[in-house]
Amino acid sequence: MMGKLNWDAIPFAQPIPMAASLIVTLFVFGVLGLATWKGWWPYLWREWLTSVDHKRIGVMYILLGLLMLLRGFIDAIMMRTQQAVAAGGAQGYLPPEHYDQIFSAHGTIMIFFVAMPFVVGLMNFVVPLQLGVRDVAFPVLNAISLWLTASGALLINMSLVIGNFARTGWLGFPPLSELQFSPDVGVDYYLWSLQISGIGTLLAGINMVTTILKLRAPGMEYMRMPVFCWTALCSNMLIVAAFPVLTATFGMLLLDRYAGMHFFTNDGGGNAMLYFNLIWVWGHPEVYILILPAFGVFSEVIATFSGKPLFGYRSMVLATLAICVLSFTVWLHHFFTMGAGADVNAVFGILSMIIAVPTGVKVFNWLFTLYRGRVRYEVPVLWAIGFMVTFVIGGLTGVLLAVPPADFVLHNSVFLVAHFHNVIIGGVIFGAFAGYNYWFPKAFGFALDRRLGAVSFWCWLIGFYLAFMPLYYLGLLGMTRRIQHYSELSWQPYLIVAEAGALIILCGIAATIAQLVVSIRTRERRRDVSGDPWDGRTLEWSTTSPPPAYNYAVLPQVESLDAFWAMKQRGPRLPAEHYETIEVPRNSANGFVTALIAVITGFALIWRIEWLAIIGLVCAALTLITFGWIERHEDHVSGEQLASAERARLRPPGSA
Amino acid sequence: MNASPATAPLAGPQSHSASLSYSGGGPASRRIVVGYGFWIFLLSDIIMFSALFATYAVLSGQTAGGPAGHDLFELRHVGAETLCLLFSSYSCGLGALALERRRMSAFYINFALTFVLGAAFLGLELGEFAGLTARGAGPSRSAFLSAFFSLVGLHGAHVTAGLLWLCFMVAQVAARGPRDFVRRRLLCFSLFWHALDIIWVALLTLVYLMGAR
Amino acid sequence: MRTWAKNRVGKLLRPDRSRSDSVALHQYCKLGVFRLENNGVHCLPPQGTEDHHRGRARCASLCAAACLLLSACHRAGVIDPQGPVASAERLILLNATAIMLVVVIPVIALTLIFAWWYRASNPRATYSPGWEYSGHIELVVWSIPAMVVILLAGVSWTSAHLLDPAREIKATIKTIHIEAVALDWKWLFIYPDLEVATVNELVVPAGAPLKFMLTSATVMNAFFVPQLGSQIYAMPGMTTHLNLLAQHPGDYPGFASHFSGDGFSDMRFIVHTVTAAEFPAWLGRARGEGRVLDAAAYSKLARPSSNTPPETYGSVDPNLFEHIVQTAAPGARAADRPAATRSGGAPDVED
Repeated sequence: MMGKLNWDAIPFAQPIPMAASLIVTLFVFGVLGLATWKGWWPYLWREWLTSVDHKRIGVMYILLGLLMLLRGFIDAIMMRTQQAVAAGGAQGYLPPEHYDQIFSAHGTIMIFFVAMPFVVGLMNFVVPLQLGVRDVAFPVLNAISLWLTASGALLINMSLVIGNFARTGWLGFPPLSELQFSPDVGVDYYLWSLQISGIGTLLAGINMVTTILKLRAPGMEYMRMPVFCWTALCSNMLIVAAFPVLTATFGMLLLDRYAGMHFFTNDGGGNAMLYFNLIWVWGHPEVYILILPAFGVFSEVIATFSGKPLFGYRSMVLATLAICVLSFTVWLHHFFTMGAGADVNAVFGILSMIIAVPTGVKVFNWLFTLYRGRVRYEVPVLWAIGFMVTFVIGGLTGVLLAVPPADFVLHNSVFLVAHFHNVIIGGVIFGAFAGYNYWFPKAFGFALDRRLGAVSFWCWLIGFYLAFMPLYYLGLLGMTRRIQHYSELSWQPYLIVAEAGALIILCGIAATIAQLVVSIRTRERRRDVSGDPWDGRTLEWSTTSPPPAYNYAVLPQVESLDAFWAMKQRGPRLPAEHYETIEVPRNSANGFVTALIAVITGFALIWRIEWLAIIGLVCAALTLITFGWIERHEDHVSGEQLASAERARLRPPGSA
Repeated sequence: MNASPATAPLAGPQSHSASLSYSGGGPASRRIVVGYGFWIFLLSDIIMFSALFATYAVLSGQTAGGPAGHDLFELRHVGAETLCLLFSSYSCGLGALALERRRMSAFYINFALTFVLGAAFLGLELGEFAGLTARGAGPSRSAFLSAFFSLVGLHGAHVTAGLLWLCFMVAQVAARGPRDFVRRRLLCFSLFWHALDIIWVALLTLVYLMGAR
Repeated sequence: MRTWAKNRVGKLLRPDRSRSDSVALHQYCKLGVFRLENNGVHCLPPQGTEDHHRGRARCASLCAAACLLLSACHRAGVIDPQGPVASAERLILLNATAIMLVVVIPVIALTLIFAWWYRASNPRATYSPGWEYSGHIELVVWSIPAMVVILLAGVSWTSAHLLDPAREIKATIKTIHIEAVALDWKWLFIYPDLEVATVNELVVPAGAPLKFMLTSATVMNAFFVPQLGSQIYAMPGMTTHLNLLAQHPGDYPGFASHFSGDGFSDMRFIVHTVTAAEFPAWLGRARGEGRVLDAAAYSKLARPSSNTPPETYGSVDPNLFEHIVQTAAPGARAADRPAATRSGGAPDVED
């Protein structure tokens, strides 16, 4: 009746997992209870849960990313603590079967549910505004994407309370992840939650590519698009090209596990290395899916706060496109040690290095954007400078790992761990926080606190170096990744330093939360009434903060790159004489309902509760049919409403 | 007038009506956006198939002592499937054109034919699958058969989804008439149905014709 | 300044027509001299210091100093090579790092200098609000990374071929063949020519080329002895090849470097390198005292267990490795394989 599910699935006997389950359960029910007690549900339902506004959806993506960052970071602290104590004969406080789940969950959550939602959220919020249009191409689909991602995140956190998570690492390599070696539901939690959120990401990618290629303000030719839009375009093209491979690969592993097939099994002619190839055909573009939008954020931030156009815009676009294409040609560098032969290894090594060329060009172009600029040290700039310094170190170690014989001794070591944290923290996370601080006033109409923002930055920067420089060194000493304990006492001091670094990063996260709370409390002092708090260059700064649901009363006419900067140069903006009635998409519960069904179906499939899975699939089909059948009507904003709003906003100075 | 012919020949700065498809002239029309977005979805779907094609290419020799392609495939059977699917595409195209010209009975007849041909294809495929499984050549017999069943089965699943969608579209045309949003969806449906043909042609060549030798 | 550094570094890179590689190696490792030549890695007996070309190796000594600094507190792992493969790999590591530092250090410095000098509060800094393009700078900006990558591509191509794990090492001492099998969670080493086997311990003579064939009887794994060089995957149903050499007697830790489940952390072994003269004695002891590794003993050994103490088998079926590869090989039926039970992570208790 209940498939594999029974009371043993709840870890009553194990104190640490039980405590974690309790915290998660209390947190979820606490939030739900608070919302009920305060009577927030109608507001939440109307304004957020059913919203199809790209700005709201972007904000919710980022909120999801921040929440999951807390979860993923607790895992990180637990791992660092374990490795800091489990030296010599000591076993630490986490037994292997628990430790293995923690590092698997840490990687999975940080990539799929922190980094991805954060960058997808930024793109969602910013791109339509920068393109000067009113929404993405498919607003309802956008909501579905968000809620499918959230479903995946919920499922993965359910594994804390009911059952267990995968013990196979963040990529679930077979044959270890096959039923023969991982018979419990951990791998199924991993696979289903990523399948569900992966479909959400794919749909978001399709949506964004269509938006950028087909919906742009009049006059916005390709070479007038802000660089962030270019990086978003490339990132989303990579999503469209790479995520189907992930879906197919996970699909095959699921068939192995559920239908007894032999894609990656040891027996029956299966081939585990096929999985390695397929997963990295997705996995390498994935890192560029994450880093390209971050590059875009830095380009916007550095140009804006230097008070100068981005240096070498065309080079920047070319470099972005080059990275986009090249990222599909390098996957084999993730397994040089497979023994593929010298020619294959050398070719893939060299192709990997070639990516360093466009990336290097980008760094130089940022450098020359700073050159002869007038750099204002707002929080986003701190992140940008921190990124430039940190990222080139990560780039250096990355190119090092692309030299096959160097990889032969560094592969799977904590040197590798330090490298990818160097580029993901130093690149993606720094970029995400730069973007968060940069566009926050646009999203909410008030700026974030500067001092706490700076505290957060310095904690992250110092914490990062303390946490990962020792790992680089330990990798050279021969410390391999994913070990639960080790015999070399001489490694322990370095791992204690790394632990201290992680704790400093924790302070950085606390400062981010404090910054948000303090800024909300003192928001009246921080109001951005101009809509242009940073003296911005791109169109999003030409509308109010926060922008109205329709973004622009009249679509802006673009005549050059840095369109808003050019408008400001031409003098004060005046309200138009005539406003036409515009359509704005009406709210839809489609996304939320789809997500609910996805969670139930996913849960049923994980625990092999057949009847529930069938009900879930039938409900999914019914949802599709019902929402497809209803003809969507748009809401309208009349010309008069627009005119009065715009006149109030663009009042000439002194006429108040 | 306010339009500068050099920069925006079709639209002046103030006219940003949604009907323009010119890329310099603002957002494209709804029909173009929907069609374009669906094209990109189809491309992603084809990439998913290509991952399975690659898998099939790698695993096609791994029969684990079990039957290989030339022991199993009957080209006459596959030929019948191919004819059903290709003709269903033809009738689907005729039906879509009929709807554009508001010839409703032609639309219904052609779409009914499309459904029958698609269902026949699916029936033939399921018959093939049942036969193979009965002979002990089911998907868990060997890596080759896992790859075969998954690749062909994924295409079959797409055809099944397509048939359900077809019924939905016919119902919607009947209930709502050839309105704009209905016609946009029908455009997507025809794209989908034709894309299944393209995938089938690749499948026929790589799996059946090359495997039957 | 940049050209100067590049020339210096370029000299380090030549896959040894000059002597600079061996000089550098000599300085780093205080070992014998290992030359990278086109026909493979050669191990030569230690030579005197007469080919010490101080002028040429200035950059090398810089690297050596950095290396020494790093390894001052603890000598182990990749930075303390004990064989020609590991030494060559460390050299490549240092060379590639040095080449990139030539660009990376100025970039970091310029970032900080520009960011500081062009701060808004500095009245002396020039402000060019419209400056956004310079063809000359663009050219330089594309060519610097391109040149570095061309240089490194050369390093990659030659080194990937010279240090291909499957490439045999030539030496005067007879090659030792070793078949390594990854089990849950221990290593089985079979000496097919000598017909002995060990678990979690590898005994080899110093200076003899070690020719490994590797596979796994369970999930994927990787074999790595950092001080000897290259790691390589051990995969079920497949065979990989690896060639190493331990130059001096000593104990070098080795381990599994690809996560394989709950017992992974204890999947370690020691490479006891003895002198060529001592090796026959060990072999004699092993043959005299060791147990027999027959089918029954193997199936017992293959059961999941962790923290397995080292063991020696005095005789072994020479076809065991081939049998292990075949049972996991593509083509084997599911029924041919013993069902492994690894649930729970509790080490299997011997019955």
